[in-house]
Amino acid sequence: MGIKVEHLNYIYGQGTAFEQHALKDIDLEIKDGEFVGLIGHTGSGKSTLIQHLNGLIRGTSGAIYFNGKNIYEAGYNMQALRSHVGLVFQYPEHQLFEVDVFSDVCFGPKNQKLSKEEIESRSREALTMVGLDESYYKRSPFDLSGGQKRRVAIAGVLAMRPEVLILDEPTAGLDPKGRDEILDQIERLHKEQKMTIILVSHSMEDIARYVDRILVMNHGEKVYDDTPKEVFMHYKELEAIGLAAPQITYVVHTLKERGIPIDTNITTIEEARDEILRLLSK
Amino acid sequence: MGIIKASKLIFDYIRRDEEDNIEEIKRAIDDVSLDIEAGQFIAILGHNGSGKSTFAKQLNAILLPTEGTVWIQGLDTSQEENLWEVRKRTGMVFQNPDNQIIGNIVEEDVGFGPENMGVPTEEIWRRVDESLNAVGMAPYRLKSPNRLSGGQKQRVAIAGVMAMRPQCIVLDEPTAMLDPNGRKEVVKTVHELNKKEGITVLLITHYMEEVTDADRVIVMDEGKVVMDGTPKEIFSRVEELKSYRLDVPQVTELAYELKKEGVDLPDGILTLNELMENLMPKFDGHLSNEEALENGGDHGH
Repeated sequence: MGIKVEHLNYIYGQGTAFEQHALKDIDLEIKDGEFVGLIGHTGSGKSTLIQHLNGLIRGTSGAIYFNGKNIYEAGYNMQALRSHVGLVFQYPEHQLFEVDVFSDVCFGPKNQKLSKEEIESRSREALTMVGLDESYYKRSPFDLSGGQKRRVAIAGVLAMRPEVLILDEPTAGLDPKGRDEILDQIERLHKEQKMTIILVSHSMEDIARYVDRILVMNHGEKVYDDTPKEVFMHYKELEAIGLAAPQITYVVHTLKERGIPIDTNITTIEEARDEILRLLSK
Repeated sequence: MGIIKASKLIFDYIRRDEEDNIEEIKRAIDDVSLDIEAGQFIAILGHNGSGKSTFAKQLNAILLPTEGTVWIQGLDTSQEENLWEVRKRTGMVFQNPDNQIIGNIVEEDVGFGPENMGVPTEEIWRRVDESLNAVGMAPYRLKSPNRLSGGQKQRVAIAGVMAMRPQCIVLDEPTAMLDPNGRKEVVKTVHELNKKEGITVLLITHYMEEVTDADRVIVMDEGKVVMDGTPKEIFSRVEELKSYRLDVPQVTELAYELKKEGVDLPDGILTLNELMENLMPKFDGHLSNEEALENGGDHGH
């Protein structure tokens, strides 16, 4: 069933001097099992939008349906919603606080008032999903590397067994290898657990490589909602709103402009390599 | 001796238990010797935990060597009487702009550094003007920093460092938290300071695209300097970079992949223009056939 957003508006500080229309008439649908990328420059409304999706911020008007039920209806169980829609904030490792890795991951399911066995089995499962084995369980989360801390924080959300996982820039500040490790793990969750993923990122290269669909936000409005290939075709418009396409898009378009009959749908290095080799072998 | 010189530098992080017994010693910098010329733009690469931030903190005496020596314009950082001079000469800019900005309005924040140094008021204002102009933030001087974008905040932080008139600026992943536009703004600003004001720049980053214009690239791994050369030299060694958990720009990687498949391209292509210059001639002879085919003709080989 997934998430459906209808005519969602959000106004910060309504009636004050700082009034700001942060979300303007957003309509969108995210189906079960989709891997969606959400991009937009700082201040475009993407973080505001994702906080609506698990009910942390309440829209000024409009509706959000989770699995067919309007979350703004009286009596809707918001706490349950927050465990179904897991949100991993930016720099989630800043929120680690327990004495060891395992207790930290247990915190979420503990709040869901589950039995001790259930809490522990879910936490084990979540840590396995992010690739941390038992040797990490008793270590202090503060003695881990940046990438490991972040994986512990993600496990903390996974332990609540969300159906939808939203990650706000999960790779910011990580080195290229750490970035690939986190993204590969997220992709595995998507493939193996059929989890719906919403990935907020500034890295167009990452988005192009992983997601099925891209939502582009600008000034609180949804401006594009399509496959990466279609969205990156608009690279000039993306630049105008403070974004960019992957470097490879520029290579392909420049070749095309200079008369090479290359397929401009290309968004990854592998595709570009194969297409150029094909053209050269003619 | 260059503006920055490190000789046989070693730094250990020492963890102690409650009774002050040593629990663990982690060597973060392992025998690094470097000499950096004044006026250069240096990029430092390395994965998380490779020692690059620890190295940066040695340069304005936030951390002091466990063994070996660091000199800033000939001043030994481990001598306490040099502390203020060293800090005046090397300014630091960190990752998170929100942790570095303290003023209520932009001009106050920029003036904070020189005021602490005891610079006379008139001179402070002159420096605030100059620094804000240098980073292109003069129109925002009376704005509250918390209403600025991430890129603008970082430029204010850079102006704050500039106002202390350093010889050298060390930026530790200044763009990690910024969007693509903010990143461009900051990198452009830093390049301008380097070119126009002749300030020596050490830029630590994970974004390979920010490194291609540097004069020199230094790669660190496990506390050691493992690669040191021009961007072209460094990015010619794609496999080696990957072995240090690093990446190359997409254009470089594409050229490398094509070369592996037998397309005759030079090593270390860094920019789109370079790629085009070298790739376009390869289509000669292929293109006309392709077009001919599309037109239904058949010239054949």
